[in-house]
Amino acid sequence: MSIILNNVSYVYGQGTPNEVKALDNINLEIKDGEFIGIIGHTGSGKSTLIQHLNGLIRATSGEIYYNGQDIYDKDYDMKEHRSKVGLVFQYPEYQLFETDVFKDVCYGPKNLGLSQKEAELRAFKALEMVGFPMDSFYRSPFDLSGGQKRRAAIAGVLAMRTEVLILDEPTAGLDPKGRDEILDLIARLHKKYNMTIILVSHSMEDVGKYADRLIVMDDGHVRFDGTPREVFKHYKELEEIGLAAPQVTYVMHELKEKGYNLNTDAITVEEAKNEILKFYKEKA
Amino acid sequence: MIRDITIGQYYQGDSILHKLDPRVKIIGTIIFFIDIFIINNICGYALMALFLAMEIKISKVPFSFIVKGLKSVIIIMLFALAFNLFLTQGTVVFSFGILKISKEGIRMAVQMLFRLIYLILGSSLMTLTTTPNDLTDGLERVMAPLKLLKVPVHEIAMMMAIALRFIPILIEETDKIMKAQLARGADFESGSIIKKAKAMVPVLVPLFISAFRRANDLAMAMEARCYRGGEGRSKMKPLKYKGFDFTAYFIAIIMLVIAIFSKRFNLPFENF
Repeated sequence: MSIILNNVSYVYGQGTPNEVKALDNINLEIKDGEFIGIIGHTGSGKSTLIQHLNGLIRATSGEIYYNGQDIYDKDYDMKEHRSKVGLVFQYPEYQLFETDVFKDVCYGPKNLGLSQKEAELRAFKALEMVGFPMDSFYRSPFDLSGGQKRRAAIAGVLAMRTEVLILDEPTAGLDPKGRDEILDLIARLHKKYNMTIILVSHSMEDVGKYADRLIVMDDGHVRFDGTPREVFKHYKELEEIGLAAPQVTYVMHELKEKGYNLNTDAITVEEAKNEILKFYKEKA
Repeated sequence: MIRDITIGQYYQGDSILHKLDPRVKIIGTIIFFIDIFIINNICGYALMALFLAMEIKISKVPFSFIVKGLKSVIIIMLFALAFNLFLTQGTVVFSFGILKISKEGIRMAVQMLFRLIYLILGSSLMTLTTTPNDLTDGLERVMAPLKLLKVPVHEIAMMMAIALRFIPILIEETDKIMKAQLARGADFESGSIIKKAKAMVPVLVPLFISAFRRANDLAMAMEARCYRGGEGRSKMKPLKYKGFDFTAYFIAIIMLVIAIFSKRFNLPFENF
């Protein structure tokens, strides 16, 4: 049970002078229950990549398999596929349209042809899953705060009973508190419901802390693919493609250069703290 | 789908047509429109086709790109064709029940088809080779005499510039919103017309909200930079005629003269 990408390429504006190769021979396997972080600077192809996963963009060449089935097969049910592989776009403003939040979350399940009752049950469950306050269920989605709008947007996708949840920059434009809340929510969905999560982000700190696997995109290619620890070892190459490792990685490397014999693997502040404490204990 | 609309688009290039003063292109296009409505025989249309073909060749815009613009208006063309074909009175050639096709009807229909195609090709060639900014600058200058009649020329040009500027943004936004709703299982393609129209509501609501927000932001940004309309406003790059601009005017006038005279002379195929 997984998503497999086989030699997937995509060209924007084929046949015009502004032809751009957005994806170039991508080969990936995404297993069930993984928490994947996708990073890359603007224009690296990460948004194009995730839109392939739920069939919003059709690859110029190559195949994509979901649970062993070719999603480009003529009789493959794309609507069903999009309900299983849910994609939440960066701006919730692009999808919220109903007069109240609850009705808006019902939109997805209703599109799947479910009865009003079943759709409402699913919407209720989805809003509960994202921790949306019940007294705001019937408020207009346009009056909500940025963080609440994002919760409503995520619930709108979850209500279709997704197995894979893809989030495009879910923390963009949120304050630090709102950002932590959304990331904690995503981590909870992963643990509690064993959902496969694909998180697209600019922030190395965010993905480093939560993801089990990092995919670094650059110029339509997969540059690195591994655990955050493995990927951040290449912090110098990451800088070359306009990215950066988490700040603690730099601190640990500089400490080591200054003659402190530390393990530079730490990717979170917590790990760095333990490593430094360990160092002093051994010294004493 | 929505990105296929090429009318009003700009095609990057550095041909002579791209470098022409926008005023020349606007006035030239208007003269061309007059030409095609004066001409009423096949020889004249052939001449105009040759002229257009040469312009397209000079502009270096791929022919397939220009033709794409025709596709989006095919329905309008078919309507015009049908109306002229069936509703013109004259010597009946065919008739099926109440529908009668006359000799004059065929003539009118073919003529209308040619005129429409030329109209679209001519105007899309102008917009394809002129940046929206140049186009509105040129329009503002061409319409300047109307200021005497108290027409708010600068404001009209500014509105046009903003509208043109926002077309690609709104198209891109529509695309994103449609994708966001497709990801929630929306279906824009199947069902009756009423069902399709209903399916657009989840796209139109976010689009309108976003358009109003953008308009608000833009008004604020313009006000913050003390925009007060056209009174006493100078240009960073004022339009100036160059040598080949006069050549282009000269060619346009010659074409107009030919168009007028093609009517007078008894050319072959006149009685097509």
